[in-house]
Amino acid sequence: MGESSMMAERRSILPAAVAWHGVRYEPVEAMARFVLRGSDAVCSTAAEVIGLSNPSVLRASHDEHRAILWQGPDEWLILAPEVERVALLQRLETALAQAPHALVDVSHRNVAVRLEGEAATRLLATGIMLDLDEAAFPVGMTTRTLFGKADVTLWRQAPQRFHLETWRSFAPYVIGLLQAGARGL
Amino acid sequence: MSDGFRIKGGRIDRAKPISFSFDGTVYRGYEGDTLASALLANGVHLMGRSFKYHRPRGVLAAGAEEPNALVTVTRGGGRSTPNLRATQVELYEGLQAESQNRFSSLGFDIGEINDLAGPLLGAGFYYKTFMQPKGAWAKLYEPLIRRAAGLGEAPRHPDPDHYANRFAHCDVLVAGGGPAGLAAALAAAQSGARVILADEQNEFGGSLLAETTATIDDQPAQDWVRATIAALNAMPHVTLLPRTTVFGYFQQNFLGLVERVTDHQAAPPSAVARERLWQVRAKEVVLATGAIERPLVFAGNDRPGVMLASAARIFCNRYGVLVGRRVILFTADDSAYAAALDLFRAGATIMAIADLRTNPTGPGVDAARAAKLPVMPGTVIIAAHGRLRADGVTLGAIGEDGAVRAAGDLPCDALLMAGGFTPTVHLFSQSRGKLTYDEARQMFIPGTSVQRERSAGGAKGTFALAAILAEGHAAGRDAAQKAGFTSEAHVAPQAKGDIPVAGGFVGAVPQPKGGVKGKAFVDFQNDVKATDIIAATQEGFRSIEHVKRYTTTGMATDQGKTSNMNALAIAADALDRPLPQVGLTTFRMPYTPVTFGSIAGHARGDLFDPVRQTPIHGWADEQGAAFENVGLWKRAWYFAKPGETMHEAVVRECMTVRRAAGLFDASTLGKIEVVGPDAAEFLNRLYTNPFSKLEVGRCRYGLMLNEAGFVMDDGVIGRLATDRFHVTMTTGGAPRVLAHMEDYLQTEFTDLKVWLTSTTEQWAVIAVQGPRARAIIAPLVEGIDLSAEAMPHMSVKTGTICGVETRLFRVSFTGELGFEINVPSDYGRAVWDAVWAEARKHDVCAYGTEAMHVLRAEKGYIIVGQDTDGTVTPADLGMEWAIGKSKPDFVGKRSLSRSDLVKPNRPQLVGLRTADPGFVPDMGAQIVPVANPAPGSSAQGFVSSSYDSAVLGRSIVMGLVAGGRARMAETVFITRLDGAAAPATIVEPIFYDPDGERLHG
Amino acid sequence: MLLIECPYCGPRPELEFRYGGEAHVARAADPATVDDEHWTAFLFWRGNPKGLHFERWRHASGCGRFFNCARDTVSDVIVKTYKAGEPKPDAARLMTGTTP
Repeated sequence: MGESSMMAERRSILPAAVAWHGVRYEPVEAMARFVLRGSDAVCSTAAEVIGLSNPSVLRASHDEHRAILWQGPDEWLILAPEVERVALLQRLETALAQAPHALVDVSHRNVAVRLEGEAATRLLATGIMLDLDEAAFPVGMTTRTLFGKADVTLWRQAPQRFHLETWRSFAPYVIGLLQAGARGL
Repeated sequence: MSDGFRIKGGRIDRAKPISFSFDGTVYRGYEGDTLASALLANGVHLMGRSFKYHRPRGVLAAGAEEPNALVTVTRGGGRSTPNLRATQVELYEGLQAESQNRFSSLGFDIGEINDLAGPLLGAGFYYKTFMQPKGAWAKLYEPLIRRAAGLGEAPRHPDPDHYANRFAHCDVLVAGGGPAGLAAALAAAQSGARVILADEQNEFGGSLLAETTATIDDQPAQDWVRATIAALNAMPHVTLLPRTTVFGYFQQNFLGLVERVTDHQAAPPSAVARERLWQVRAKEVVLATGAIERPLVFAGNDRPGVMLASAARIFCNRYGVLVGRRVILFTADDSAYAAALDLFRAGATIMAIADLRTNPTGPGVDAARAAKLPVMPGTVIIAAHGRLRADGVTLGAIGEDGAVRAAGDLPCDALLMAGGFTPTVHLFSQSRGKLTYDEARQMFIPGTSVQRERSAGGAKGTFALAAILAEGHAAGRDAAQKAGFTSEAHVAPQAKGDIPVAGGFVGAVPQPKGGVKGKAFVDFQNDVKATDIIAATQEGFRSIEHVKRYTTTGMATDQGKTSNMNALAIAADALDRPLPQVGLTTFRMPYTPVTFGSIAGHARGDLFDPVRQTPIHGWADEQGAAFENVGLWKRAWYFAKPGETMHEAVVRECMTVRRAAGLFDASTLGKIEVVGPDAAEFLNRLYTNPFSKLEVGRCRYGLMLNEAGFVMDDGVIGRLATDRFHVTMTTGGAPRVLAHMEDYLQTEFTDLKVWLTSTTEQWAVIAVQGPRARAIIAPLVEGIDLSAEAMPHMSVKTGTICGVETRLFRVSFTGELGFEINVPSDYGRAVWDAVWAEARKHDVCAYGTEAMHVLRAEKGYIIVGQDTDGTVTPADLGMEWAIGKSKPDFVGKRSLSRSDLVKPNRPQLVGLRTADPGFVPDMGAQIVPVANPAPGSSAQGFVSSSYDSAVLGRSIVMGLVAGGRARMAETVFITRLDGAAAPATIVEPIFYDPDGERLHG
Repeated sequence: MLLIECPYCGPRPELEFRYGGEAHVARAADPATVDDEHWTAFLFWRGNPKGLHFERWRHASGCGRFFNCARDTVSDVIVKTYKAGEPKPDAARLMTGTTP
């Protein structure tokens, strides 16, 4: 054992970017993703480590590279650059050592796509049942919901830009549905 | 044929002529025509054959309520849409339409013999006539009847079109774009509310599109429509949906709309959806669905050329088509006079206006008299004559005693009926609103609302244009206000100059004593006559719901749009009960038929359900694997080499694993990371097995019960840290197990500090199983001592493989030395490739789920859901060893001592050794005590797993047998489809390496 | 499609939820002390009222929380939703002023 110093190649399941009528699809680059579960105080501690605020209900807090997405009253999804993954995990575990919590690496469980354009809300409305009007779903809002028959996390980053996160094996379905939806806009 | 009935005016575009065909004959029409208006312009009235009697039928109406002129429109590529109403089919260049329900041709239909046999074919005829002989109904009568009686043919080919879906939200949804709907939409939109206005027609305006005399805000009504649409279009918070039918009203203001996007186009772009389903959640709804004119019920009222007066007026004014040159009107309603006047001005001769009322008055009557039209008060049509086209009528005079006496015949080529209007309350009724009967006007109108909606205009029984607009405006304001928008002080549009609906008649019109020869139709689409309704009451049916089912009136796609009130009035009259007491049938959705395509939307083919593939799927696909569905997953089933059968492949795969090793993609295995200080205690409570003392780095089998004590899942659980477990479960059970765990955590064991995260998809899992397993992976693994001492069976270590972090399990579902390599999913394929490259040095193979099943069955390992069925306890499986005896409680524990669960004769899992080693029973085969059990006797159990084991050279069988665990060595019999049940001996359910020597190698 | 008020996320379409059976059926703290008859009732006996029914739902495709709900089985109107662990509301008070 031990003769291997090779590094296996990473393969994304996401297809390359493409522009549809009025909306552009882009795969979101590989990221570090952690599910954090525990009390609200746990999230506040984690947010401090990351340099973000603890997001309120159904909201994301973020800077240019990192984000904390509210998923439920005791659950958050942390997004950060892939290169920070190992170090961030350690810093978080250190900071949270005294507080009961669960921190689980799901960097490969989830994948995300970015949708941007004037038709982005209309495209999402082919499969998302929620009201995506800015008054009802403002910039900064995030939630888990259904896109067709797939569970997704939707995050509105700008009036016409959305981050759509799903489990890896659901990505072909989600993207297929987006593609089909784009035909019917 | 020339379009000799085309007149000046109308909203068609004469600069855009269109040629189209009907039953193979080519005709000319114009853009803006419907199929019906264009055929009428060409003098074609005969457009269909009736459902049951095959009577010649023409167009009755001009809109969605058309019951007769049902056609099939075909396009290339297998596109064929049956049962379209010719009055709603927009003309396009090259349109091909066919009439339906005819044998040979429309003009000559041998089915018309049914018309002569009419007396035999009345209501209930099917139920009475085809009773004998037994069985003949399904085999003989029904197919014959279905061929003779019916609507269009379903398309034979897969639908090549694309259908879109849209979820939408609005403050105010307005259903119907006539005067009330337009006024409502405008008022709501002006207050800032998000408005969706939907109308089934190609143009908004409804009745105003055929209006000639009325003005709104001092401009011609049609100019007001144009200006209003322009105003609405300019508002970004308004969505205008023409060609969109609101077909269903569901709970909490959730409505279904279908938008026909391309059906009116000659060459629809292939990239565009044909239809779009709108699923709308509206804060408030305005129902402005208008009203539908009623036919009058008299003999021959279904002849081609007999139609509704409002329809004739629409054809005249909107489409520039005269429906006849010598026209008779039969009316009980003032608004018919507007039709008479418009047709008269367009050049038709008005032969007579027979008015049921003895002293008709109103602006319409006055205008007709002023134009010297022959108004005949107190007059009925006794019968209409003509076969393929109405050619005359017999008039009747109503005497002062109310008796009708024949009053001579008159020729005509068109006969217009005006029985008053029925508010279109379908959507209101679907919303569960309660209808109120307006005694004076003999109509049902919306009463108590159940949902957040209000009706306006014709839908509410309001018919004067000024009142309709005022009501629409008020409804729009009210809806916007209730949705939170305070209206600015816009005023309602003002109207004058219309000839409103006034009067009407329901039921069968008075007849001379002794009756009249000929059929008087109530429901044209379902061929139900007045006499059928009376017959139903004579048969003892009292409720209109029963009359409906006996006669079929008001059923099917038509939903009684033109017929309900007449049927009800006739039934009420025959029963001598007040009309509201007889009741009104339920209006079913959809309002008009909706295509399957629009309902299915994107959910077809590959997008019907998510198809989940593992990171290693591509490799298996390249190797030619066959796949099987497990939940939503595709799993490699077996890897047949060229020329190999499935059985041969599975035998080879199993033998290779036992001899050397095999690679198996176990990525679909469900995984949950259980983390927190109370993680072990939580698992103690959720699984039968004890976890407190499990050492870090070791694994334990876990059996999960539901509270009733029945096995619901199982899997291997590895302890990664004091407070962190890697829990695995069955592929199909993963979502259920997570929900079950969350349930107990959130609602019962709320004291525990532990949290769950699904990690199924975080890890790709490569199982390497067989005597060579360690040798295969050793060169790739770093940081883990793989020796049997350092890493015994049921252990887990973390390290790297191919430079990638791994959770390496030493576990086995084959009974061989085995490892399961967990790597982050995106690395799954690359690591698999590397392991495969190593594996090939050892002459091994990849194996699929079928071989996996055989290998585990040889070892007697159960599969939850195959060897269990939701009623099986650990004891039934002989798995008492999995129960932590010292644990005070776990989910299901208390139930295991319930009297039912400790009965000795429960079905229990046993092995079955068939006397004939070549006999591989069917899974699900019954287990019986004798070879030829008496018919009706009970089975003792059934086969749950059954395979041909290559390594043992014989079949291996497991089954659930009553009291089986105490019946070792007993002989039972297993049923087979090809002969008598075959003998087998009950044995322990473990067939290979019972001492587990290979496992610990 | 019903609109269900998740106590955490607000009104959401029914498809995001999973039904979880009757609410306020408590599991005994020590099941071993419960006799067969009572345990069987706990496992299998459920109400089927015409009118107000207290039931569990989970916002499965949302925040993931189980919560309780009072639903009128006649009108299918959800009268109230509340977090798991909160006391069962008074049925009579809930039904007054409720129009279906």
